[in-house]
Amino acid sequence: MDAWLRALTFSTGYNTSLVTLGAMLLGASAGMIGSFILLRKRSLVSDAISHATLPGLTVAFIVMALLFGDGRWLPGLMIGAGLSAAFGLWGVQHISERTRLGEDSAIGAILSTLFGLGVVLITVIQAMNTGGQAGLTGYLVGATAGMLAGEAQLIAACALLLLIAVFMLRREFLLVCFDAEYAATNGVRAQRVDMLMLLLLLAVTVIGLKVTGLILVVALTIIPPVTGRFWTDRPLRMVAIAAICGALAGYLGVTLSSVRTGLPTGPLIVLSAFFLFVLSLLFSPRRGMVAMLAAHYRFKTKVHLRQGLLALARQEAIYDALTLRVLRRHGFIRRDNVPTPLGLAAARDAEHEEQLWSLYRSLYPDEAAHLDHLGLEPISDCLPPDTVMSLESRMHPPLRSAL
Amino acid sequence: MADFLMLSLVPLVVAVIISLTCALLGNFLVLRRQSLIGDAISHVALPGIVASFLITGTLAASAMMVGAGVAALVTVAMIELIKHLGRVESSAAMGVAFTAIFALGVLMLEWNDASGVHLDVEHALYGNLESLIWFEGQHWLSLFDRQALADLPPQLARVTWVGLLVLAFVIVVWRPLVVGSFDPAFAASIQARPILTDLLLVVMVAITAIAAFEAVGSIIVIAMFICPAAAARLMTNHLGHQIAWSQAFALISAVLGYVLAGYGPGWIGVDASLSAAGMIASIAGLILLLACVFGPHRCRESSQAVSDA
Amino acid sequence: MKASRIDDPAISRSPLAIQGLTVSYGQKPVVYSVDFITPPGSLTAIVGPNGAGKSTMLKAALGIKRRLSGEVLVYGEPYEQQSCHVAYVPQRNSVDWDFPATVLDVVVMGLFRDLRWWQLTRRHHRDMALECLCRVGMEAFAKRQIGQLSGGQQQRVFLARALAQSADLTILDEPFAGVDAATEKAIVEVLKSLKRQGKTLLCVHHDLSTVRDYFDHVLLLNVRRIAAGPVDKAFTEKTLQEAYGGRLSSLQLEQIVMPSATTQKV
Repeated sequence: MDAWLRALTFSTGYNTSLVTLGAMLLGASAGMIGSFILLRKRSLVSDAISHATLPGLTVAFIVMALLFGDGRWLPGLMIGAGLSAAFGLWGVQHISERTRLGEDSAIGAILSTLFGLGVVLITVIQAMNTGGQAGLTGYLVGATAGMLAGEAQLIAACALLLLIAVFMLRREFLLVCFDAEYAATNGVRAQRVDMLMLLLLLAVTVIGLKVTGLILVVALTIIPPVTGRFWTDRPLRMVAIAAICGALAGYLGVTLSSVRTGLPTGPLIVLSAFFLFVLSLLFSPRRGMVAMLAAHYRFKTKVHLRQGLLALARQEAIYDALTLRVLRRHGFIRRDNVPTPLGLAAARDAEHEEQLWSLYRSLYPDEAAHLDHLGLEPISDCLPPDTVMSLESRMHPPLRSAL
Repeated sequence: MADFLMLSLVPLVVAVIISLTCALLGNFLVLRRQSLIGDAISHVALPGIVASFLITGTLAASAMMVGAGVAALVTVAMIELIKHLGRVESSAAMGVAFTAIFALGVLMLEWNDASGVHLDVEHALYGNLESLIWFEGQHWLSLFDRQALADLPPQLARVTWVGLLVLAFVIVVWRPLVVGSFDPAFAASIQARPILTDLLLVVMVAITAIAAFEAVGSIIVIAMFICPAAAARLMTNHLGHQIAWSQAFALISAVLGYVLAGYGPGWIGVDASLSAAGMIASIAGLILLLACVFGPHRCRESSQAVSDA
Repeated sequence: MKASRIDDPAISRSPLAIQGLTVSYGQKPVVYSVDFITPPGSLTAIVGPNGAGKSTMLKAALGIKRRLSGEVLVYGEPYEQQSCHVAYVPQRNSVDWDFPATVLDVVVMGLFRDLRWWQLTRRHHRDMALECLCRVGMEAFAKRQIGQLSGGQQQRVFLARALAQSADLTILDEPFAGVDAATEKAIVEVLKSLKRQGKTLLCVHHDLSTVRDYFDHVLLLNVRRIAAGPVDKAFTEKTLQEAYGGRLSSLQLEQIVMPSATTQKV
């Protein structure tokens, strides 16, 4: 606990702080670019990209090992990973556009074959018997322990650059996500912007490899955006929330991993992000599960209550068990389903209310079409008093003349 | 020859059976645009196995299977929950669920330092096809020898049973499966229970993935769920023929991949062997690539039908 | 108490009786408290503006969508027990036409109920499917891959599949959407011939100008039931105005309800 507190306040030394900062920047940029990808409904493209880095990583490792005797130089590995990921991305695009296969098949095919190829190449490296091959497996699940200061600086700097790039391009991205055709009429080259978006996604994936590992880097581009979606309907706000969630996940993950030696950073970052996601899924006031289920239950009860009362007013038999239960609970019917005086009064009110609404709908069909609640709410809460008055008077003309 | 019997026969047969089984189910996954469910399920087998190891303390096959099965069910339930209650698009829901569970698996593994007991991420991904050695298989006659047969690696029997189960499933549920894949609303209206069929299909995928996972690792499973079926789709417009093609492609990938990985380096004078699982996946991808370029039905039939849809 | 309801002859004889049906997406009801008793042997159009819940109502009635409240009876029994009496034609664009199947394969799907899992599709099944294809004028296309068909041809194939089900009630979801004139005519002919055989048809329809020519009953829907009954009685300027709000100009309205426009003046 103490160790965690120290890590949380950046007081565990230069290297750890640097890694923490790098992971936060990475999380933020992955969250931002991931949001646009989510809006394009192509979230799992990043899964294909990340798995496709493996052959590039291994080839780069082999080449560097043959040339310099050590294949673990991070920038070289990142370039290799980037190139093969680009190939994978091209493959996914090509298969889903040019053939009849869906994007899901394209992603799955590219992901598994390129990863398979990478695995074959890893066995090649093992057969070559050069040093440092253990360093490669770190890219599978990520390893920040023992990361060099230079490596951490590189990751942080790249992540910062990406963050700035995504921030600058956010409007173009949004236009393309929202409506590619409209964007094209506005002079935005939709295809080029789309490609740029995917390239930035690729860059985030490659940078994140060392931190979370290639299987889990996908999570950084999917979970924070989905989390952001729970809190707002406005896209740019969602991007901002996703960035914050990503940064927070990076912060929590890295600091948690410093609590004990040997704890993997990648899974902790992902689980932190997932924790934030679960909180949002459950408790977001707008789309959270608790709020939605409660609202659905209330709504269902309301519908049954109104239908039951109308049936009482029209003296129709009620069969629906839930309707009967709701009426009974309000004291509108007795246990033997005979309406109580209270129930009859409520039924008269409901009938009256219903008549007012239906009069309103026939008199002002246009306005009625724009109302959401469709007459379940009391009419006096929804319409201005003078409208209600005029409806009332139209409904009971004889009463008025008597007065 | 004795070498082949002892070292290669069982892995080859296991690889072939798994490839055929995965490719058979894969046809429906590809047609239903659910290919990635196989991906998600095979990723969560590892966490399931780790959890079962931590709870039971053994690496017995039965405990591992149960653990992986529970993990698969939890993942599927989670995906559905996130999709419906959170109103998240399905591929994103899948991404959230399987990465989180996989992360949990890796964390549990490292936290308890269970890596000493032959459980690690690499093994889970690449599998270890080459370790299925049949020690008693020293002569062709061993194939008819009761005692020698009893010594066959248990994985062989397991994947055979799973293969038969999947075959039986596809035969029995064939019509509801096809109708539900083509037109779910119509299937529901004729009481073909598309939701139940859907669920059964996912359960079959999970069983296959788990049985295969233990024997050959998850990467080959994902490749075999998708590549042969996808390539087969580009060869024909007839569902029966598509399934036949997918089986042929799966067989070719398994045999060719295994042989290339085991003997390929020897042919160019290097004394080493490569990952068979990886090679099989690569060959499957290569076949798909060829189908994408040369497949007679690689494009959609008419642009008009597409614009309507 | 349950028995009394089924004793109601109008309900127990109706191919599809809907009572108090409510369906909602989230908090917004798409169909609210709709009652409708389909008259046996009728050719009924379900008409209403976009988003009025026409398709949703049918899907909820068939158990494809979950309903919030209400009850649906087919000949006085719940749908699950009576589904053999009902054929459903979904919207054409709800399926993936790139599916590897031939026209005949799709029509044979209509025989689902007659085929157990161990039975192969026999010649007489195929002959029956071909006969259904003949009735919609598509017999020449039996071997064609479904992706190669035009929109109108796809719709005819769907209709042939429903014919293969030989059901008493056929429910069609927008069978005339995006089809050519020849197909529209062919489909109407088939629907009318089914009606002559005493079958009941329920059809979501968009084109207000043809309601009078094609149908004898109508259900006007806009989330609630606006009006229902024989076309002459229920399909009037007043009910249309209420269903469509101001979305129809008075000129359009006059053209649509021409035959009775003078007598039904509000």
